[in-house]
Amino acid sequence: MTQLALSDVPAREVLAATFDEQVDNVFAPISEFITGVVFAAVPLDFIDEGVELPLIVVWLVVAGIFFTIYLKGFQFRAFGHAIQLIKGKYDDPEDAGEVTHFQALATAVSGTVGLGNIAGVAVAISLGGPGATFWMIIAGLVGMCTKGVECTLGVKYRRVYDDGRVSGGPMYYLSQGLKEKGKGTLGKVLAVLFCIFTLGGAVGGGNMFQANQAFAQAQSVTGGADGWLGFGAAGAVFGLVLALLVGAVIIGGIRSIARVTDKLVPFMAVFYVLACLAVLFSNFTQIPSALWEILRTAFSPEAGFGGVVGVLIQGFRRAAFSNEAGLGSAAIAHSAVKTNEPATEGHVAVLEPFVDTVVICTMTALAIVITGTWADETSAPGVETTSAAFETVAGWFPVVLAVAVILFAYSTMLAWSYYGLKASTYLFGESMFVDRTWKLIFCIFVVIGASSTLDAVIGFSDSMIFLMSLPNIIGLYILSRVVKRELFGYRERLAHGALLPVAERGITPSPTGGSTAATTGVDGTTPNPPPSVEDR
Amino acid sequence: MSASIIVGLDGSEASGRAADAAADAARRHDLRLVLACVVPWSPYSFSTAEENERRTIDKEREARSARERVLDPALARLSAAGDLQIDGVVRHGHPAETLVSLAREHDAAWITVGRIGQSRVRTLLFGSTPSSLIQLSPVPVLVVP
Repeated sequence: MTQLALSDVPAREVLAATFDEQVDNVFAPISEFITGVVFAAVPLDFIDEGVELPLIVVWLVVAGIFFTIYLKGFQFRAFGHAIQLIKGKYDDPEDAGEVTHFQALATAVSGTVGLGNIAGVAVAISLGGPGATFWMIIAGLVGMCTKGVECTLGVKYRRVYDDGRVSGGPMYYLSQGLKEKGKGTLGKVLAVLFCIFTLGGAVGGGNMFQANQAFAQAQSVTGGADGWLGFGAAGAVFGLVLALLVGAVIIGGIRSIARVTDKLVPFMAVFYVLACLAVLFSNFTQIPSALWEILRTAFSPEAGFGGVVGVLIQGFRRAAFSNEAGLGSAAIAHSAVKTNEPATEGHVAVLEPFVDTVVICTMTALAIVITGTWADETSAPGVETTSAAFETVAGWFPVVLAVAVILFAYSTMLAWSYYGLKASTYLFGESMFVDRTWKLIFCIFVVIGASSTLDAVIGFSDSMIFLMSLPNIIGLYILSRVVKRELFGYRERLAHGALLPVAERGITPSPTGGSTAATTGVDGTTPNPPPSVEDR
Repeated sequence: MSASIIVGLDGSEASGRAADAAADAARRHDLRLVLACVVPWSPYSFSTAEENERRTIDKEREARSARERVLDPALARLSAAGDLQIDGVVRHGHPAETLVSLAREHDAAWITVGRIGQSRVRTLLFGSTPSSLIQLSPVPVLVVP
């Protein structure tokens, strides 16, 4: 693909351009094409001139609202029990040593808390105004429900390999769940589509966007275009280093690096929130007016209804990009949890968009709105806007942000390389060749991402990541009754005291049979080891 | 009337001496001996998705290695005389907390552990199993040097 596009660029230009610009020239047209297809929008000229409604955003939000109503506000009722589950109140002591609810959630959160929370939010507010914050929070609250639905299904239809490995995700609930509903062929088609889009999402939002914004921040704290990361191919060099670090973990199997970042990321997330609070407190006189500004512009009376739609779209779009609700990626991360009840992970999963969007994104948004840097022309929309907000506290504060950005980017990349790996092994079967090829491609895209300009990368990232929601949400609708039965049945047993916290149980654990997790490959055969009946 | 003595084993020489002392006491008081090997593990640690996928396998591997390298040799040595009722347990968890819950489950008279399981620096930084046990245990704790 890259080779082909290269030849379209006139030779003179290629020679004149720096390496970074070359990558950009190649990439921008591809990105523009895909973006145009994915973000097919309905012009709403009857409201106001130039207002457009991207169908994909409607698709995500409608799913969230549908499940919120269909499951009677499940995400809000699930909250308390979810906290008890992650505290381990319901964990069987016999299961000590297995993946706990807390660990599954922490793994998923470290995959989602990425640059969407820092750069994405800045983009939303720069383009949509402070009111986008309000709609982002609403989208986060609605997304909590979608996430709960996905993860319930992810656990219910996960597969257990012969060697004891456990993995799940939309490809399994699409193929297996829809087969149970008598829609086997549709299920297989959707599963394959999901996997293809996941590969795109993994190199896009899960990789290039992260690499790109990590470089942008690294460059800006080292002195911008005049600093030591200012030379023409700096992006490529930075990308190469990052690619080596990613490769060391995913290809080289140097787990110690992954372990270090995994321990750092949760602290970094807390630290980031504290840093945002520091920004808020150093500008505390602005807080009331900023909050009012957010609410006022969310409904933007002066801009008319058209303005509101524009703001709403920005908020929803970046929230979806950040918390990934409805995309199906989280279902992969949550599926390895040790539980007999898929509904438990459904409960725990609602906390993920809460942490990601309602807490972390909102913090970024407040910092940007309060300091007013969103309206600045000097900082490009993206991580630089957030950086400028941080700079109001102290000159060195953007360095703190740079560390957070690079760590978040890195952990998100590792998480997405795993999602992509699961998608590619589903498509092409389990083999060392598939494994290595995918990981190599992934590393190459780190370099491309770091060398590209933001517009091209954001466009591509957005579109591929959002495409995942097409097959995934179709599946969620078809399986909505299954989810309702799982979640409501579980809550009923919980209410009637059939499920007690460990402390109130007798010593003997009651072994219960879980759900089955059988699956077949794309062509109806079984490319992978046949799954056993699940009893985790 | 208590039924057993819990011994915490970690493969160190001191924990071997603890097992010997507990075996003597078990003979004298006619108690059951429960040899426990706890694999350090926290439900709140952070892991990667790939590690989670393999966790069940890894747990079994860790438990098997603890059994083969620590528990089985001790069991073989102490049951050679044939006059003791001995059980062996391998469990994942926080060492002191797990020994305490085992003590509850097995109605233990006391818990016996070895003193030196780790370096002084580690003890200074993270505490030691004997000192945590003293804080947590509902039954007496015997620390063998």
